Amino acid sequence: MKLFAYITHRDGTADDSAQELAAAAAQIAPGEAVTAIVTGSGEDLQTVCDQITSSFSEVIKVDSSELGYPNGELIRKVLTNLLPENAGILIAHNTFGMDLGPGLSIKLGSVFLADVVGIDKIDGDQLTVVRQEFGGQVSTHVQCSLAAGAVINIRPGSFAADENAEAGGSVTDRSGDTGDLTSGRKFLELVEAEVGDVDITKEDVLIAVGRGIEDEDNLEIVEELAEAMGAAVACSRPVVDAKWLEKSRQVGTSGLTVKPKVYLACGISGSFQHMGGIKGNPFVVAINKNPKAPIFQVADVGIVTDILDFLPELTEKIEEISS
Amino acid sequence: MQTTIISPANASFLGIPTVIFSILIPLIGLLVFTYIMAMRRVPLVNAAPDSRFDHASERFFNVLKIWLGQYRQPRYMVAGIVHIVIFFGFLILSIRATSLVIIGFSEDFALPGFSGTFGHLYNILKDYAATAVLIGCGIAAYRRAVVKPARYAVPAKYGKDHTAEALFVLALISILMISESCFDASLIAANLQQGLEGEYVAPLTLSWLFKSIFMAVPVAALQVMHVLSFYIHDLTFFFFLCFLPLGKHFHVITSIFNVYFMRLKRGNIKPVKYGVKDEDLDDLELFGVKKLEDFTWKHLLDFYSCADCGRCSDNCPANTVGRPLSPRFISIKGRDLIFKSYPILPVKKPAGPGKESEDLIGSIYNEDEIWSCTTCGACEQECPIGIEYIDKIVDLRRGMVDDGNVPQSLQKPLRALEKRGNPYGKMEKKRAAWIKDKEFAAECEVKVLEKGGTASTLYFVDSITSYDDRMMEIARSTAKLLDAMNLDFGVLGKTEKDSGNEVRRFGEEMLFQALREENSAAIEESGASEIVTADPHAYNCLKNEYNDLPPVSHISQTLLAKINSNELKLKPVTDSSKIYTYHDPCYLGRHNDLYDAPRDVLDSIQGLTRVEMEKNRDRAFCCGGGGLMLFYEPEEDQRMGVLRVEMAKEAGANVIVTACPFCLVNMEDAIKVAGLEGEMEAIDLAELVELHLA
Amino acid sequence: MEILVCVTRVPDTAENEIELNSAGNDIERDDLVYSVNEWDNYAVEEAIQIRDRVGGSVTVITVGDDESDEILRREMAMGADKGILLSDDAFEKADGQGIAAILKAAAAQGSYDLILTGAQSEGGAGEVGGMLAAMLDLPYASLVVSIEESGDNSVKVGREIEGGTIEMNEISLPCVLSIQTGINEPRYVGIRGIRKVANVDIPVQSISELGITDSDVSSSVKRLDYFVPDMGEGAEMLEGDDEEIIDKLIEMLKAKGGIK
Repeated sequence: MKLFAYITHRDGTADDSAQELAAAAAQIAPGEAVTAIVTGSGEDLQTVCDQITSSFSEVIKVDSSELGYPNGELIRKVLTNLLPENAGILIAHNTFGMDLGPGLSIKLGSVFLADVVGIDKIDGDQLTVVRQEFGGQVSTHVQCSLAAGAVINIRPGSFAADENAEAGGSVTDRSGDTGDLTSGRKFLELVEAEVGDVDITKEDVLIAVGRGIEDEDNLEIVEELAEAMGAAVACSRPVVDAKWLEKSRQVGTSGLTVKPKVYLACGISGSFQHMGGIKGNPFVVAINKNPKAPIFQVADVGIVTDILDFLPELTEKIEEISS
Repeated sequence: MQTTIISPANASFLGIPTVIFSILIPLIGLLVFTYIMAMRRVPLVNAAPDSRFDHASERFFNVLKIWLGQYRQPRYMVAGIVHIVIFFGFLILSIRATSLVIIGFSEDFALPGFSGTFGHLYNILKDYAATAVLIGCGIAAYRRAVVKPARYAVPAKYGKDHTAEALFVLALISILMISESCFDASLIAANLQQGLEGEYVAPLTLSWLFKSIFMAVPVAALQVMHVLSFYIHDLTFFFFLCFLPLGKHFHVITSIFNVYFMRLKRGNIKPVKYGVKDEDLDDLELFGVKKLEDFTWKHLLDFYSCADCGRCSDNCPANTVGRPLSPRFISIKGRDLIFKSYPILPVKKPAGPGKESEDLIGSIYNEDEIWSCTTCGACEQECPIGIEYIDKIVDLRRGMVDDGNVPQSLQKPLRALEKRGNPYGKMEKKRAAWIKDKEFAAECEVKVLEKGGTASTLYFVDSITSYDDRMMEIARSTAKLLDAMNLDFGVLGKTEKDSGNEVRRFGEEMLFQALREENSAAIEESGASEIVTADPHAYNCLKNEYNDLPPVSHISQTLLAKINSNELKLKPVTDSSKIYTYHDPCYLGRHNDLYDAPRDVLDSIQGLTRVEMEKNRDRAFCCGGGGLMLFYEPEEDQRMGVLRVEMAKEAGANVIVTACPFCLVNMEDAIKVAGLEGEMEAIDLAELVELHLA
Repeated sequence: MEILVCVTRVPDTAENEIELNSAGNDIERDDLVYSVNEWDNYAVEEAIQIRDRVGGSVTVITVGDDESDEILRREMAMGADKGILLSDDAFEKADGQGIAAILKAAAAQGSYDLILTGAQSEGGAGEVGGMLAAMLDLPYASLVVSIEESGDNSVKVGREIEGGTIEMNEISLPCVLSIQTGINEPRYVGIRGIRKVANVDIPVQSISELGITDSDVSSSVKRLDYFVPDMGEGAEMLEGDDEEIIDKLIEMLKAKGGIK
């Protein structure tokens, strides 16, 4: 089966997921050539294509002023037009891929695999992948046939990028093959989230707090620890949904992407949406009272305890040492 | 009696006999008053039904104690005494005022029985009364205008200051006292000047003072003074009468009724609608209070009766910590809305489609205000005339629940209660998991009755004590105590549901009834002949809001009985550096009058030093609220628990003993927030007693 | 506006750990309680608010069994006007595309201006909305956190994308939108509300009534099993009493520059 990867990019830089998609494709079809598809317009597009030639043996460039902003509805049309029959295409399962993938599978008449975190095995045209359900509390093996093609959405961060890849790909311009580029959905503008008092994307040490904090009033114990450690307070989505902290403190795919050196995850279960916001391989300490919390799979150090009791003790000890 | 000056009944002014005024003023005054009162009656008639015509003797006793006896007034000493003086002054002078009106056209009129010696004695009494009232008014005015006690202040969000109205009424009362005294004194002085016999004037009264002054005034002037002061009194009296129903002084008229109709039982919540059986509730078009007329007539009478004294809010913990709730303004805003919706003068009718009342929530009350109440009952305990708040708040919450207008933070626990019977959404089968603690299980065996077993004593654990890791300690201590008292006891396990005390108080009536039904069936099944609980919320609910259950006791009562009968032996305290103070849980104390049993249990531990906080017993300060209140996120400046912990510290205590798991949660939390860890600790009564088991 | 909201019934797992059954082929469902998928609940609330602003009706629809009746009633108690239950033994094994095909057949029987789904459910795939839109050939937007009427035949929608940025789109009606949590504050549904709609007739449609066949709903993506992944692959678990743990942790944090 011919494999493709759709590459998202912003401001002239390919998304980190580009190399991860190449890595995932290599597991599905070892040794096979994988073609990247990049859409956009202008100079940035060429820059992005050049960036990824090391990971893909072929890069298809689709340049159109209509595609300046990645509107999932238009790109679905482009891909439907461009892809050969029974092709497999890998897409990052981010907010764009979630928008594009399901509908694309219908238009291509192929199967759809959402949010794949691992490739279990490939046996003929039977592919078995690993997914997670119930917020990551349980995993499942999912199997399908690739005979009629597949749209495979890959969870960002699940596949290790091959930094030394030298695919030496060539760039092919297929801008003429977009087909009809009209859609019932028109992109208007981006409204950036408000910037808060602290820029957590620039902090080296973050103490992130999740549902386990239970109550707004308990934030105090986290703030005290942050003060003692010289760290900033971040959080996961439920804390923002509850309006206990500003959106500008939220780490995750629907929040900010942070690159700290040390990340203390307190009472955070560790959904991929949250972990997706942590880059740069920090030292992750997870503190959670549920020993089965998925966070322990990705953390460097884990402690099973109630943060409400544990954090004040930790604060006290740190204060003791520093004074 | 022979007199030198002409009485108002016979006088004339510019050739017009003044008796005309003596007749016209009362006539017009009474007509206007009757009209106003008739208009004030309309909203009460339109209001929801209430059941207040039962237990006449008990209600009459309340009138004697709380209205006539002014029982609650001295809780605020200065204001209370001033009020008592004015109150009794009014009572005494009402007789005089009535006869004065008639004297206006019948010179020698005396009320039956008041013509002889009794009349003379009464005159002395009423002179002192008038004098006392005037002094009272002076003190009251001084307090209002100069001292300005904080509880009278009107926060900006509630509108203008009320001082002007208060001072105006004090002025009216003063005019009544002075004119009445002038009327008498001018006659007596004139008579004495002419060598005639004058009525005896008691020394140091107003009349006495005026008489002394008037001895030097010419009789002709006294004649004018006599007639003039009569009509000033007459006019002021009827003006005052008609003015009363227009503001906070309506309480002068309504308080006696308000006290007669006040709630008799405590700890319970009113039915959704009086006269509608629980099983017929599904047919109700409307649930709870959404518009003014959805309140019961007693609740509207409460609004009329509020004297704006601010005692409720002064004791309201929500108000104290800066939550957006002040019970005083629940009443004042309600009263103002009645006045606006039912204006005295039809011409003043506000624009709009007739009498369609607007929704209360979002106009005069807001959601946060209504959810802020912990139902601690301090306001109702304090109100000198029996105004109710909890039922009104619950009725408003019922209306909001019916509209789906429930904060997200409360929706989750409510849904969990519906699905799982506990607000945490934990599994039913884990409800008795606390008995599996290894150390505990080795010492104490607890029967779980979920599969049909029986026990003579049922320990009703309730949700927080069953599921909260810390509060499970209370359950284990309680079980050990029951064991030590040789009681044949068991727990319901997974068939026990939340008692529903807060579910009902947060307005989810149907869910409460569902929980009650399940618990009642499970309790009956258990065959228990008595129920014991260590959770006052469960105690209150089972005792006051369930029907046909075996008798319910709080563990403190059970302990005290066994201690008194020498069946439970406690050892003396070992650490004498500990100074204990007992914090009254609202649902034991105010709602159920259980103040002494827990204290007596503590005092039975030899060598235990116990101090009282300033706010204790029926004035105890709420810990922050239990049940669903733990899930609600109120806007507040500080936590109730923190204030309470500071009160304990002020009392010189270093251990706070509570007898309620919610109090313990809030106290332990507050100790941390207040930074008093190591200096202060909190412990449940059951835990403390268990530590001292001999 | 005629609005169709697709909802689903899921185990409520927020407060309880998910455990596997002894066979390992499913999660232990005996002690689970079920309720409407959280995302779908936001979608229904949004539909009700839109209807209350511009008129029309809200229909809630689900693919499920008899027990799914309960969630339809709950959403109707919230304010939805009508419920439709799509139930057939043939539906039991349907995958995402199968569910979308069933919903497509049902949607085609009505005339809807707006079709809403939750952004995802317990499986986390978030796939049905996009598939349904493609099958119906309608424009689609996922992860919607705001909907505003604009003009006669379109709505302005905000999608929540990376970094909390909102991507504003104009989308023509009819369309399919998948709704993200936080778009509104869903109202509370009490027992009384549910009882009020207890006797409302909820039509049930089977595969033949929908005019589709087994092959339309057969599953091409199969879940083979459930398993709990090995935990602590990377995490070194610190054990001992709190004091020991804290000492170890502080040492580590210092080494990594976590304490300044």
